[in-house]
Amino acid sequence: MSQSATGVGASVRRKEDLRFITGKGQYTDDINLKDQAYAYFLRSPHAHAKIKSINTAKAAKMPGVAGIFTGQDIADSKLGGLICGWMIHSKDGSAMKAGPHPVLAQGKVRYVGDHVAVIIADTKEQAKAAAAAVQVSYEDLPHVVDASKAMKSKAQIHDVAPDNRVFNWGLGNEESTAAAFKNAAHVTTLNIVNNRLIPNAMEPRAAIGAYDSGTEGYTLYTTSQNPHVARLVISAFHGLAPEHKLRVIAPDVGGGFGSKIFIYAEEVVCVWASKHVGRPVKWTAERTESFLSDAHGRDHHTKAELAVDANGKITGLRVHTIASMGAYLSTFASCVPTYLYATLLSGQYNIPNVYAEVDAVYTNTSPVDAYRGAGRPEATYVVERLVETAARELKLDPAEFRRKNFVTQFPHQTPVIMTYDAGDYGAALDKALQINDYKNFAARKAESAKHGKLRGIGFSAYIEACGIAPSAAVGSLGAGVGLWESAEVRVNPVGSVEILTGSHSHGQGHETTFAQLVSEKLGVDINNVSIVHGDTDKVQFGMGTYGSRSGAVGMHALSKALDRVEAKAKKVAAHCMEASENDIEFKNGTFTVKGTDKKMAFGEVALQAYIAHKPGFEPGLKESAFHDPANFVFPAGVHICEVEVDPETGHTEVAAYTCVDDFGNLINPMIVEGQVQGGIAQGIGQALLEGCSYDDDSGQLLTGSYMDYAMPRARNMPAVENFKLGFTCTPCPTNPMGMKGCGEAGAIGSPPAVINAITNAIGVREIAMPATPLTVWQAMQASGAKKAAE
Amino acid sequence: MENFNYHRPATVAAAVAALKKSKDGKFLAGGHTLIPTMKQGLAAPKDVVDLTAIKGFSGIKVSKTAVTIKAGTTHQEVATSKEIKKAIPALAEMAGKIGGVHVRHRGTIGGSIANNDPAADYPSACMGLGATIETNKRKIEADKFFTGMFETALKKDEVITAVHFPIPKKASHQKFPNPASRYAMVGVFLSQNAKGQVRVGVTGAAPCVFRAKDIEAALAKEFSAKAAAGTKVAAKGLLSDMHASADYRAHLISVLAGRAVAAA
Repeated sequence: MSQSATGVGASVRRKEDLRFITGKGQYTDDINLKDQAYAYFLRSPHAHAKIKSINTAKAAKMPGVAGIFTGQDIADSKLGGLICGWMIHSKDGSAMKAGPHPVLAQGKVRYVGDHVAVIIADTKEQAKAAAAAVQVSYEDLPHVVDASKAMKSKAQIHDVAPDNRVFNWGLGNEESTAAAFKNAAHVTTLNIVNNRLIPNAMEPRAAIGAYDSGTEGYTLYTTSQNPHVARLVISAFHGLAPEHKLRVIAPDVGGGFGSKIFIYAEEVVCVWASKHVGRPVKWTAERTESFLSDAHGRDHHTKAELAVDANGKITGLRVHTIASMGAYLSTFASCVPTYLYATLLSGQYNIPNVYAEVDAVYTNTSPVDAYRGAGRPEATYVVERLVETAARELKLDPAEFRRKNFVTQFPHQTPVIMTYDAGDYGAALDKALQINDYKNFAARKAESAKHGKLRGIGFSAYIEACGIAPSAAVGSLGAGVGLWESAEVRVNPVGSVEILTGSHSHGQGHETTFAQLVSEKLGVDINNVSIVHGDTDKVQFGMGTYGSRSGAVGMHALSKALDRVEAKAKKVAAHCMEASENDIEFKNGTFTVKGTDKKMAFGEVALQAYIAHKPGFEPGLKESAFHDPANFVFPAGVHICEVEVDPETGHTEVAAYTCVDDFGNLINPMIVEGQVQGGIAQGIGQALLEGCSYDDDSGQLLTGSYMDYAMPRARNMPAVENFKLGFTCTPCPTNPMGMKGCGEAGAIGSPPAVINAITNAIGVREIAMPATPLTVWQAMQASGAKKAAE
Repeated sequence: MENFNYHRPATVAAAVAALKKSKDGKFLAGGHTLIPTMKQGLAAPKDVVDLTAIKGFSGIKVSKTAVTIKAGTTHQEVATSKEIKKAIPALAEMAGKIGGVHVRHRGTIGGSIANNDPAADYPSACMGLGATIETNKRKIEADKFFTGMFETALKKDEVITAVHFPIPKKASHQKFPNPASRYAMVGVFLSQNAKGQVRVGVTGAAPCVFRAKDIEAALAKEFSAKAAAGTKVAAKGLLSDMHASADYRAHLISVLAGRAVAAA
């Protein structure tokens, strides 16, 4: 199908990697501006406290100090606070209770790591030394860090929310779902905690703010996944400068996983302070600051129920979820446990009745927002733990119980908003069972037993909605922004091509995949294509990269712009070859006149477009497009995990892993496989290792470094020969590439597969994530004790 | 990190003199504990006396009865020493399990022992093999050297110069790493000498390395994996944190001791 060896479907090596692996990447911290000063943020050591006084007199006299600012200075200059861009209304119709979120604390601090003051000095060390001399007097207030206790706590974090509840939201039909449970032959109930995670992008957050008194304009270099949105928010809500006087540049960005979508206090303060100190102001997070102040992910506490009739058909699913928002509402926090979560609770199944009720609560912790998958991993975990547990309770094969309940007709309208457009869930299950060699699991279990290991198997049939859209739909659900994308194609006179895209790559490989689409459509070698992104002065506007949207939405905009380039080029070619535009054909980078041997290469047409010696057309070859998709896209697939548990120590190894995904058509299979493997690594991390923990008594972050926060390592992955990926394909009907999204799927599908495998291995019903050796050992001890007592 | 004076003496005497002269000085033997704590502001010595340039401060010597490792020898040198692999393979294996490859090229045996981190590996080898620690002043038996959490019998002006490990009949090191830090959550170094005497050094489980005397007694009667694994260790006095409860650590000591016997 491909026009060129570097076109769609080719596993082209990533163009950007040579730059990255040889240290030539330009990240925010690599950028140094003339005369720049360094910012250090003094952070709250308390989970919740009144600020009685701040004395900066001594610190201000320290060597190198250029300025010290507190919440009072922010208030005096009427700098707006951080916003949450998605309005959620409670069941009673009231608006969500958004407390103030000043960029430097005003009156009180609400979590350990909250920003109290900024110290700006000639060097980072001087700023840090001066910060130690700032005297802050605090009065401790009661605090709460556990979301499940927030509504009953005597801590009151925001005046607007007396019971710490941000909203009480519902989706689905409560009555019909209640009836389904009443009439059910079997009900499975689980109490599920989706553990809190710290994003841990390899590149910590950083920002440089620079004010130019000549142009009265600001520039912000920042680690952002969506620089245009950052500019819009900083301009419209913080009121720093109008958009045309604010340039936001997100250069190379080293990983985000969602945590760099949001607008943070540090970047706003650096921009604001650059005018006050008359110098560029740079801040780079230390790793400890990343732990404390990057927006965390997940932290759901859910009671989940599944109703099944006498024929083994699922008739209802109901959840009540308490979701931690942390101490403030981060940029998109409110949509994660609502429209990105409850809308996926039907899973791959034909469930007639679904009802979700969600209480979002403030806690004295770092804000919680989108993290790889955002809401969809939480939904998948609930659904797939319930379905697996129900199958076991009903003594049904978990694969066949799923198959029996799969959606098979498309489009399929779920009871929770979504219309699934295309899929073949049975095909993915068949392929996964075959790759996994499911029928011989018993033999593998026996083999493991010979080595003293308990082998278990667990399934997860995930579905996700990505390429979040369309703008009108998300707008009606409370989104403060549209979710389209833009692209501009600039063809140079020599026929090389520059693509300007509103998507932003921070690891995804856009410089390769976007170029592949250009190569495919224009017949140009990918080495003659460059991708420009991440600069608001270059790219007119864009919505950035998150929610696996750059392929389905960003490339769709690019595809549209490329079609326009082709149409314009045909016009130019027609004039040059003195033919009718309708007779021009374009294939493999060559324009021909139907029925003749006349032809022109793409580059020749580009040159003619610019020299414009032939009259009759507007010179130049540059087109742009905005694209607003018609629907979400719905990747789906099946994960099968096999674990070996050491019964003596509780240590779990992932012995084998199979994952079959339907992402529609693939642009670059190698990059897709990398995305899936990386996502599964994060999912295994969540299931076995990662668990952010705050101390109930002190409110301190207990997992504040890699000494206590366990990240997945290569050795936690299954051996290469037992880590198997496969693909099925039902092309997406709403974009011309027929593609879905692949960036988050691995992290969405994997945690329940791993936990289902462990519960199967050790014969328990529930186990908490992360299933560390201690947790697994304790579960075995408890179940052993229980069995002994029976 | 605060500023400090850096000294790089060529002799032990000069190192001791430099430290004595300082009000608040620290020896540096590799720096894998000291430097991070200084970076975090938890330590701020005025003088840092680097021992690694002292002549003849590193090296390995193996006799018929003992392995002598000089204090400045890196973990990598121990892990890859053909002579140690032959004499006490478990010791070389243990050194190969410390940290990552970068750490093993900087960290030294003397630094590890002098620091006596509750989760360090070398102290368990010293206890499990019945090592003698030699300083610029005297020789100290391992049993009397490790006195508490980050505490040793070393005097302020005392520098470890070498560690002597008697060669056992058999030995094994078993480590159950902390899932996050990969330090030993429990580490067991077990040996049996030609006379049949058994020593079991345990690290990671308590504030200070110790010998599992109950397991040693059980193994003295019957040197079998079952005897070791079947000996219940008391949880009292063991560490308890988010990664492992005291009960779990106690349980792991027995399990690892059993595995050590099987592997020895």
